[in-house]
Amino acid sequence: MVSYGFESSDLLPELVPIRDRIEKIARSYGLDFFDTIFEMIDYDQMNAFAAFGGFPVRYPHWRFGMDYDQLSKGYEFGLQKIYEMVINTSPAYAYLMKSNAMVDQKTVMAHVYGHVDFFKNNVWFSKTNRKMLDTMANHAVRIRSYMEDLGEDTVEQLLDLALSLEHLIDPNLPFLEKPNRLPENIDDSGAPDRTLARFKNERPYMEDFINPPAYLAEQQRISIDEQSKTKKIPEEPTLDVFGFLIQHAPLKDWERSVLSMVRDEAYYFVPQVQTKIMNEGWASYWHSKIMTEHVLDASEIIDFCDHHAGTLATQPGRLNPYKLGIELFRDIEDRWNRGAFGKEYDECDNLVEKAKWDRKTGLGRAKIFEVRKVCNDVTFIDQYITPEFVDRYKFYHYGLNRKTNQYEILDRDFKTIKERLLTQLTHRGQPYIYVVDANFENQSELLLKHKHLGSDLDPKWMIETLRSIASLWRRPVSISTIMEGQPKLFRVGYKSGRPDEVSEKPVSEQI
Amino acid sequence: MIYSIRRDHSRFRNIVKGIIKQDLKKYITHGEMIGKKGKDLVTIPVPQIEIPRFRFGSGQQDGVGQGEGEVGDPIGQGEEGEEGDQPGSGQKASDKAGEHVLDVELTLQELAEILGQELQLPKIEPRGHKTLKAKADKYTSIASQGPHSLRHFKRTFKNALRRQIASGTYDPDRPVIVPIPSDFKYRSWKTDVKHENSAVIIYMMDVSGSMGDEQKEIVRTEAFWINTWLKSQYKGIETRYIIHDAVAREVDEDTFYRTRESGGTLISSAYKLCEKIIETDYPPSEWNIYPFHFSDGDNWSGEDTKLCMEILTQSLLQQVNAFCYGQVESRYGSGQFYKDLVEQFGTESEDVLLSRIESKDGILQSIKDFLGKGK
Repeated sequence: MVSYGFESSDLLPELVPIRDRIEKIARSYGLDFFDTIFEMIDYDQMNAFAAFGGFPVRYPHWRFGMDYDQLSKGYEFGLQKIYEMVINTSPAYAYLMKSNAMVDQKTVMAHVYGHVDFFKNNVWFSKTNRKMLDTMANHAVRIRSYMEDLGEDTVEQLLDLALSLEHLIDPNLPFLEKPNRLPENIDDSGAPDRTLARFKNERPYMEDFINPPAYLAEQQRISIDEQSKTKKIPEEPTLDVFGFLIQHAPLKDWERSVLSMVRDEAYYFVPQVQTKIMNEGWASYWHSKIMTEHVLDASEIIDFCDHHAGTLATQPGRLNPYKLGIELFRDIEDRWNRGAFGKEYDECDNLVEKAKWDRKTGLGRAKIFEVRKVCNDVTFIDQYITPEFVDRYKFYHYGLNRKTNQYEILDRDFKTIKERLLTQLTHRGQPYIYVVDANFENQSELLLKHKHLGSDLDPKWMIETLRSIASLWRRPVSISTIMEGQPKLFRVGYKSGRPDEVSEKPVSEQI
Repeated sequence: MIYSIRRDHSRFRNIVKGIIKQDLKKYITHGEMIGKKGKDLVTIPVPQIEIPRFRFGSGQQDGVGQGEGEVGDPIGQGEEGEEGDQPGSGQKASDKAGEHVLDVELTLQELAEILGQELQLPKIEPRGHKTLKAKADKYTSIASQGPHSLRHFKRTFKNALRRQIASGTYDPDRPVIVPIPSDFKYRSWKTDVKHENSAVIIYMMDVSGSMGDEQKEIVRTEAFWINTWLKSQYKGIETRYIIHDAVAREVDEDTFYRTRESGGTLISSAYKLCEKIIETDYPPSEWNIYPFHFSDGDNWSGEDTKLCMEILTQSLLQQVNAFCYGQVESRYGSGQFYKDLVEQFGTESEDVLLSRIESKDGILQSIKDFLGKGK
């Protein structure tokens, strides 16, 4: 591979035959993955790479240092340790921790093949840049050179603002017909000529009949209407606030370039966030199968079980994506093996019969491969979670008891649990924020809209984020939202080069 | 690579320390200081800089979990205050490795190191003539004479082998090694002189009516951290506790924190008792002495304050490493005593360290005030 200036080493010689064996077994199950290159690194490098989102090189920014700080402290105090890391590129790169025991290395390799199969085949990853390793390195070089030219602080200031926008992107954009790329420049020279067409008339006295004034006036009105309609920017509200700002905010070239890079990187990570449960579930399913059915040495069973159980452990009030994922995949496999799906099964209300249901369909394996191809976490949960599943794996719905200031189990109701899970996952757990109007109040102010789906925005952070956006838009920015049931409009002003005072007013209806 | 994460890391540390980029300061979350939990274990927050983002408010206080339990069973403590992250947000969509504050279990020693690092506390330099010397013998040395029971077999064997090879009497076919008296080596001891420093902390607290639970909580937290730090600096540290209103008495630790009296305040009573404790138990020539006095700054009369100053200047200050006065702000206190001390000693005094603690958030700064001088 290209040298990225860090010291890693190839797989230990004794791991090579093991890797080959695991790879062969994985392929024999039908897993289909990119070439996968394993590198051995120590814990400090592991923490550094993890802070960089798995990449060996990123542009300079303190937030990577912040993540590194956390990971290092966590590791040093024995609280957490990263076993495995793999990046979605072709070929895929995976890192093994040098200090791990043999059994861990084996498990991690099996786990990694599961991930890479997922990266390669899941449809939500179909548009990701598989050369991201190079792209990230190029971004780093470019941002560094801007820093050399313009000063670290200037560029970092912009990166700070950019981070506020990272989640303001449209996850579906890469799948739309319009390419994800931004137009090079905004050019409206091609706009149609708006001078009014008249019929040709050589006899002045006929003018009123050939071109009746009422008709002309009407035409004029329609034309102005159309004009204002096409002038509306954006034409439709857009979720890609980040892209919109890059395109329309009064930015310098270098600023546009830096923001575009950050936005590209944000889009790259979207599918991983969208499929966290599935991806981890899938990889855990396969490491468990490959290890227990083939690779494990008798002397390693206890350690394997210990670590596997650790990976799937639950804490009160937290959902473990590994656990939910692997259990749901296994449940789907089991149901499709037994034919426990479809109209006949669904309509059966005899619980005993349902539990014993077995039509010997044997479709389980094929089904989970299909699921791993077409689903993301939302559809995975939405389509395949069943009351039996929720019951068997002891899901509960909890809430805060204000009297005791404690979180308590509220119920184990299937509908509520499913609904809460889906709400948590929808739009990656982020609020829906749209750009509605770039010429709000006819003052070139920016108007955003929060699509309210039951939860209010945190007012403090909303204002702070608006300030970041105003710094880029260089004009006042408003957001229309609902706070405590009341539609409201919040506005952050912009004066003498910086965000200015905040105002809020109730409105009768969300704009 | 390593270079670049080091750069990012030190940049982050510098922002947290407030050296650069002051504008980000408002986004730094410190969490809160927490006391002892179980034995030797505490929870320590990790500093974070929150990036402004649209996020949901804390209105949604429910979620989904997995595990045993009946309806109504508690699964976790609610957050205090409004800043808290929702604990149950579990599978929170994020492309980063965890944005949560970590709960790290530490030993007190590690904790003290972190404290020292975070606050850049200097190592305390004990007063030279007050070091106790302790001698300890350790068998780490080798001698050529000694009792047979202490002979060092390996060394003896090596010596004999060396001698036999050198003199040509070694026969590889019949490798018999016979040591003669000059080959014998014995284990022997070395005397280690250890400089042990002993220290005593004498806590004094005003428990008059104006000190509320919040003020005591501050004192408790601060005392915990001071103990932790001084323990890392001295072996065999002792703590004594004095509470006072109009009269002072010595109490145990538990009582120290729990007692709430009412009535007047005569600070001199505590200082007198402190003086007496030092006199009877801690000769200043052998002990590093740290009196800490916490109060809300109200004293009964100017007369008594005068008496306090007298005790301080004429007696206490001659004997202690540093006298520390922490004034916990309370709604009822006038805070006069702090002003009196400033008037007497100034704010830059080496012997009298003063600190005003506005609220829980002020504890860190206050610890720095007290311990930052390396006394």
